[in-house]
Amino acid sequence: MSDTHAFDLKKHVRAYILVFVSLMVLTLVTVAVSRFHLPVHQAITVALLIATIKGSLVACYFMHLISEKKLILWVMALTVIFFAVLLWIPMATVADRIGH
Amino acid sequence: MEIPYTVEIRPDTGLNSGKIGIWLFLASEVMLFGALFATYILLRVGAVEWPHGAHYLNIPLATLNTVVLISSSVTMVMAWASLKRDDFGKFRMYMAATVGFGAVFLIVKYFEYSAKFHHGYFPKTNTFLAIYFTMTGLHMLHVMGGMAVNAYLWGPGAKLWRSDKEHFTNRVENSGLFWHFVDLVWIFLFPVLYLL
Repeated sequence: MSDTHAFDLKKHVRAYILVFVSLMVLTLVTVAVSRFHLPVHQAITVALLIATIKGSLVACYFMHLISEKKLILWVMALTVIFFAVLLWIPMATVADRIGH
Repeated sequence: MEIPYTVEIRPDTGLNSGKIGIWLFLASEVMLFGALFATYILLRVGAVEWPHGAHYLNIPLATLNTVVLISSSVTMVMAWASLKRDDFGKFRMYMAATVGFGAVFLIVKYFEYSAKFHHGYFPKTNTFLAIYFTMTGLHMLHVMGGMAVNAYLWGPGAKLWRSDKEHFTNRVENSGLFWHFVDLVWIFLFPVLYLL
């Protein structure tokens, strides 16, 4: 194994530890925020925002999406679009009934 | 017959076939859990009233399980990094820790479920508990599946390391991708079910 390769791995490990600490802090933040009993809309926004940041950290660093090949990025981008549509459908169904 | 492109790169995809296979599988898993999240939204916005998760669920235990799963993700990625460093001993240690964390998660979940049943809370009790048991139950099955594969790679499956190091490292990476996905799903389940 070359020295450059070993150095790269050291950098990776440092990134994993940083991500781990960030995930722990964000977990504590999300629990702490839930104790403030914010109005439902604000609580949902904050909780999902934190969860999205945590999820992105896992996907980008632990799953290496940040340095992954374009084909996989395209597949996952398409998946995210379909996922968003899937979540939008029930919300649109309810919005459609407002005022009736 | 030997399976092609387990290590070498396929010219048309630029990837080995295991890698593209696991990502396509994960894409289908996103849609599986997506359907349940969509169901949750439909049930919640359509309900006259919806309980706060803390009314039925144990937040400290779920927080502990979140910490356990995140820790298991770190040990999983360290297991893979150990193989990249050609350190099989460390791989064994980190992989054992990953399976161990998975077991801790299941034990905590067992206590959580037991407490619910003891208090007479079942999936049939109300809509909130129905979606709670469905989503966490499906997630638990994924934890079990991931643990089974990781335990195999720690034990009998590790024989491959002696004959084809790169192929074995790729298998561990793919198993890791699944394990991180399981962690990622929990990261969303935790606030949605317990904190909101």
